Amino acid sequence: MALNRDDKSPLFSPAVAGTLRLIVYLALACVIMVMDHRSGWLANVRYGLSLVVEPIYRVAGLPSQGFHAATVAFADRQALTEANQRLREDLLLANAKLNRMASVAEQNQRLKELLDTQHSLSLNVQLARLVGVDLGVYRHRIVLNVGSRDKVQPGQVVIDARGVMGQIVEVMPTTSVAMLITDPNHAIPVTIERTGLRTIAYGSRAGDMLTLPNIPVAADVQVGDKLVTSGLGGRFPPGFPVGEIRDVAQTPSGTFLSAQARPAADLDRSEDVLLLHDLAEPAGPPPPAPNAGPPASLAPDLNAPPPPTLPSVTAPSATPTPTRAASSGTQP
Amino acid sequence: MNKVRVRVLWFSATLVLSLFLMLIPMPGLLAPFKPYWPALVLLYWCLQSGDRVSLGMAFCLGIAADLFDGMLLGEQALRLTAMVFIALRFRSRLRFFPMWQQSLAVLGLLVNDRILLLLVRVFGGDPLPPPEFWISPLVGAALWPFVFLILDDLRARLRIHDA
Repeated sequence: MALNRDDKSPLFSPAVAGTLRLIVYLALACVIMVMDHRSGWLANVRYGLSLVVEPIYRVAGLPSQGFHAATVAFADRQALTEANQRLREDLLLANAKLNRMASVAEQNQRLKELLDTQHSLSLNVQLARLVGVDLGVYRHRIVLNVGSRDKVQPGQVVIDARGVMGQIVEVMPTTSVAMLITDPNHAIPVTIERTGLRTIAYGSRAGDMLTLPNIPVAADVQVGDKLVTSGLGGRFPPGFPVGEIRDVAQTPSGTFLSAQARPAADLDRSEDVLLLHDLAEPAGPPPPAPNAGPPASLAPDLNAPPPPTLPSVTAPSATPTPTRAASSGTQP
Repeated sequence: MNKVRVRVLWFSATLVLSLFLMLIPMPGLLAPFKPYWPALVLLYWCLQSGDRVSLGMAFCLGIAADLFDGMLLGEQALRLTAMVFIALRFRSRLRFFPMWQQSLAVLGLLVNDRILLLLVRVFGGDPLPPPEFWISPLVGAALWPFVFLILDDLRARLRIHDA
């Protein structure tokens, strides 16, 4: 050891100093992680550093954008014509459906006005594009090219043409990060469209499926049932398609049925997504009715001295016995 | 002077490039095969010029990667610091390994890195990842000879020689 102390790369480096530094750095990393996990200030730090982070996201998104552009540029005419034809047919179909729905929607609107609810069928949305950035495998998150400058807020719902994709979890000035419904940490309240059964769909750890782990055993659930958002919880508005059940089985304990569902949205293919502006109506009881009765100016002043008829309590901070005596004195 | 500057530029350029490579998505099915690029590049520099890579630098690179990638600030800092520590400790031996043994050593380091990641995530309350989680170290080890040779060749072409 002492022989090659001044050598540049000794076979065994001086161990103690290195180990000490390692311990310091590891401890520092652990402290940062715990603080971040508890209070989530990574988002704040990243918001502050977004001046650096966002351009890098944009640059890192260029290859996938270029790949997409190249696909379009080199796609043969035949495929493009076919795609165009298909889109036209879809549009025609959608328009026809819309026309049929228009009268129903109008009727619905009138009935809703009669019922005095503020829920409307029209959507208030904002278009956003995906930025092709990989936020780590098994992290079901996507980066969108709109941010707080476009008045995006955490909690806004992200949908595509087929269904719910997820919700915004983090907003930077010109980009935002959305958590997909397949993230293991995500849960979405759903109803089964056919039976109206309410349950919760969680993301699954295995990737692109949803799990519904706690359906009552007696419930009627079949493969092929459609899931739509139930609107409970106040985050996702009701009625958006979420997925389709692919597999139903008993849980190992036998107390529940557990189902697997495929998300309705094209989670890994959508390029353009929509952000819903109106959040669902908040859950819970309605706010209390405004106070009826005489105006507050007529209310007796609480701070005013008691009327002279009452025997005055000389020492409010005295032992409880005289207080009780005084209060019993006021009763007649 | 100029040479030193080129050397530092090349060094930092490879590290920044590795961060970019980390962010660039792989198409659908290939996603689990993506190697952990910052670790590979950092390992190359550990073996090539160990006096330039320090624990503090690995920590800073990890924090930067966390800022971009970020779930938990400090996660990659922890992983990269631990990896660089081991690599620096055994640097003198690793350098004289033939390439296939070096690849095996890199595989060990990357698997160790994944175990650390798993520990951090499980402590953070995440569920256990699927089996594809363990593919990435294998890909990283398989790519190691190419990473090493390409970086070494580029270094030779740029005539950046140092002790």
